[in-house]
Amino acid sequence: MTDLLYSEEEEALRAAVRDLLTDHCAPAGVLARTESDAPHDRALWKSLAEDMGLAGLLVPEEQGGQGASHREAAVVLEELGRAVAPVPYLTSAVVATEALLACGDGELLGRLASGRTIGALAVGLHTGPAAGIRTVRAENGTLHGELTGIADAAAADVLLVPADDGGLYAVAADAATVLPQTSLDLTRPLATVRLAGAAGRRVGDAGPAVRRALRAAAGLLAAEQLGVADWALTETVRYLKERKQFNRPVGGFQALKHRLARLWLEVVHLRAAARAAADALASGKDTDVTVAVAQAYAAPVAVRATEEALQLHGGIGMTWEHPVHLYLKRAKADSIAYGTAGAHREALAALVDLQAP
Amino acid sequence: MTDTEELRSRTREFLAQHPPASTDRLDFLRARFDAGLAWVHYPEGLGGLGAPRSLQAVVEAELEAAGAPDNDPRRIGIGLGMAAPTLLAYGTEEQKRRYLRPLWTGEEVWCQLFSEPGAGSDLAALGTRAVREGDGWVVDGQKVWTSSAHLARWAILIARTDPGVPKHQGITYFVCDMTDPGVEVRPLRQITGEAEFNEVFLTGVRIPDDRRLGAVGDGWRVAQTTLNNERVAIGGMAQPREGGMIGPVAKTWRERPELRTHELHQRLLTLWVEAEVARFTSERLRQQLVAGQPGPEGAGMKLAFARLNQEISGLEVELRGEEGLLYDDWTMRRPEHVDFTGRDAGYRYLRSKGNSIEGGTSEVLLNIVAERVLGLPAEPRTDKDVAWKDLAR
Repeated sequence: MTDLLYSEEEEALRAAVRDLLTDHCAPAGVLARTESDAPHDRALWKSLAEDMGLAGLLVPEEQGGQGASHREAAVVLEELGRAVAPVPYLTSAVVATEALLACGDGELLGRLASGRTIGALAVGLHTGPAAGIRTVRAENGTLHGELTGIADAAAADVLLVPADDGGLYAVAADAATVLPQTSLDLTRPLATVRLAGAAGRRVGDAGPAVRRALRAAAGLLAAEQLGVADWALTETVRYLKERKQFNRPVGGFQALKHRLARLWLEVVHLRAAARAAADALASGKDTDVTVAVAQAYAAPVAVRATEEALQLHGGIGMTWEHPVHLYLKRAKADSIAYGTAGAHREALAALVDLQAP
Repeated sequence: MTDTEELRSRTREFLAQHPPASTDRLDFLRARFDAGLAWVHYPEGLGGLGAPRSLQAVVEAELEAAGAPDNDPRRIGIGLGMAAPTLLAYGTEEQKRRYLRPLWTGEEVWCQLFSEPGAGSDLAALGTRAVREGDGWVVDGQKVWTSSAHLARWAILIARTDPGVPKHQGITYFVCDMTDPGVEVRPLRQITGEAEFNEVFLTGVRIPDDRRLGAVGDGWRVAQTTLNNERVAIGGMAQPREGGMIGPVAKTWRERPELRTHELHQRLLTLWVEAEVARFTSERLRQQLVAGQPGPEGAGMKLAFARLNQEISGLEVELRGEEGLLYDDWTMRRPEHVDFTGRDAGYRYLRSKGNSIEGGTSEVLLNIVAERVLGLPAEPRTDKDVAWKDLAR
C-alpha cells in the first residue's frame, strides 16, 4: 500500500530546507526581488541546489545525483511553496531533469544535478501531461522559431527545446533570445524564447521526455500547492487570533471559525493527495490516476486557501506590502500550470472508465 | 508483551487450541477474550494484554486467515466503540469485570441514552432527572435517537442529578438496565420509512448506585470520553478505490450510458476525485495510528464524509432520471444494523442526510476543529455560570 506518511529522513530534510528559507527567504526580500531585474534568488539557489545537493534528488548516484525519489523532492517543494521561494527548483530539478532522465543524457543530467547548471524545458507552463506541445523548426542542427510562456527561462543556462522533427534539443541559453513576459506570478516568471538559427544538440525524443516531465511536474506541483495552502491557512489563523474587531479577536466569530475549519480540512485532504502522488511517482504504481487525482484536487484548494487568506486579512490583504498577494498569484498560476484541474479530470475520465456522454 | 512475533505465535497457539472450524462461535469468542486477544491494548484479565494498540492488526490478520468468527461489530458498535472505552476509563474493577466480556462477545448489546428532544447539539442542557433515593437513584425523562435500544441489554445514560448548579456540573453518568421496569422503547420512524432509531421513555426507573460510572456530578467529563470515541471511530481496514458511496454511482454510470449528461459528468468526476482524496486521507490517518502518531485529522473525517455522501447520493438520484422518481420500499422496519450503501439510490440519499447530524452535527464539529485543532477563541457563552434550573428552555 501507498506510504502516505513522512519518514524521519524526510522530516529532517524538511527541517533543513525550512531553516534555510527562514534565514534567507523572508517575504520582504522576495517582494523586493520581484520588482528588480533579477526576480530569481541566485544565492538561495546556490545554497539549496549546490551546497545542500538538492538539485540532484531525482538523479541516480552514478549520474551525479542523490539517488533519492519524488517523495523527498515533494518535501522540498512543500517548503519552497510555503515560502513562495523564487528559485527554479520545480522547473530545473524536476521538469528539465525528468526530461533528461527519459533521454538518458548523462552529461547534461550530471550538470543539472550539481545545481551549477539550471535547465528549463521550453514547453509552455500551462501545458498538461496529455496536451499537445508547440515545437520549433529544426534545420541542419539549428533551430528556428518562438515559444512563449516558458517558466524560469530567464534563469536557465540550458533550454530543452522540442522541435518539429520529434527531437528534444539542448540549446545554450545565450544562443537564444529570452524575453521576459509580464507574469501573473512574479516569483515564477515566464519568458518568450526566440530561436534564430541557434545551434542545438539533440538529446532524445521529445514526445516521451516531455510527457514524463509534465507528469512528474503535475504530481509534484501538488506538493508546492500544499505548501502554499498551508502557509495561507497558518498565517490566517495566526492573524485572526490577534486581530480584534468589535472588542473580540476576529477568530472567535463562528462564521469565520467555520470557514477556517473547512479550509483546514481541505488542507488535510490536500496533504494526503500530494503524498499519494509523490509516492506513486516514486514507486511507479498507479501513477497516472494518482497524479491526475492530486492535481484535480490541489489547484482549487490552494486557490481557495489564498483567496480566503486575502479576504480574512481584510484591507491589509489587498496591499502590495503584505505577502498574501504573492501566494495568491502563485496559487492562481499553479492552477493553470501543467494542466488545469478540469484537464486532469478529463484525463481521469478515460483512466478510470467514467466516459463522457 | 509488546513484540510482534511473540503476539503472532501466541495467536497461533490460541488458534491451535480453539480451531475455529470445530469450536462453537460463542465459546471461541469467550476464549479469545480470556486469552487477551480481544483488544490487546486493554489490561490483562479484561480481554487484553496491555500491549500497544497497533499490535491488534497482528492478531486480526492471523484470525482472519484462520477463518475465525468475528464479533459482529455492526450490531455492537456502540458497546465496542463508546461504552467500552468509557467503562475502561471510569468503571470500577467490578463494573469492568461484569460488563466488558459479554459486551465484547456481543452477548449483551449496548445503547446510548444521551440525546434528548430538547438537548441535541447542546447536549449538556439535558433534562432527564436522576434523584437520589436510598442506595440508588430514580430516573425520569425522555431520550431520543437511540439506535439499538430495542436490542440492547444495557445503556450508558447521562442524567441531571443537580439542577442547582451550572449545566455541565450537575450531570452524572450511569449504566442503565434496559430490562428494568419503567424503561419503554418506542420505534422512531424516520424519513427513510424505517425505524432505525428509538425514543426511550424513562419513568421511575431505579438504578442502584453501584451502576454509577464516575463521581456524582462528574458525568459531563465521563461523557467526553464516550463522545470523543464516537467521533474518532476510524475504520481499521484500508478501503479499496470506489469502496464508499461513490462505488454505486460509478457503477450506474458505466452500465447505463443512456443516462449520461455533460453536466452530470462534470459533477461525477469532481466527486470521484474528492472521494479518492478522502480515501487517501483516511488511509493516511490509519497509517498514523498504526505508527503510534495519531493526528488531529480524525476530528474532520466525519465532516468530510457527511458532505461527500450527501452530494454523491444526491447526484445519483438525479442521474437515474425517471427512476429517480421512485423509491424501493417505504415499509416501516426496524433494522438490526444500517448499511449506508445498501438499498437503492433514494434510500442512500435520504439516509445520508443524517450523516451531518448524528454523532455531532457538522456545525458543532466545525467549532471543535476551530477551537481544539486551530486554537481559535471560543464563542462568548451565556450559559456557563448559570444554574441549569435558571436557564431558558
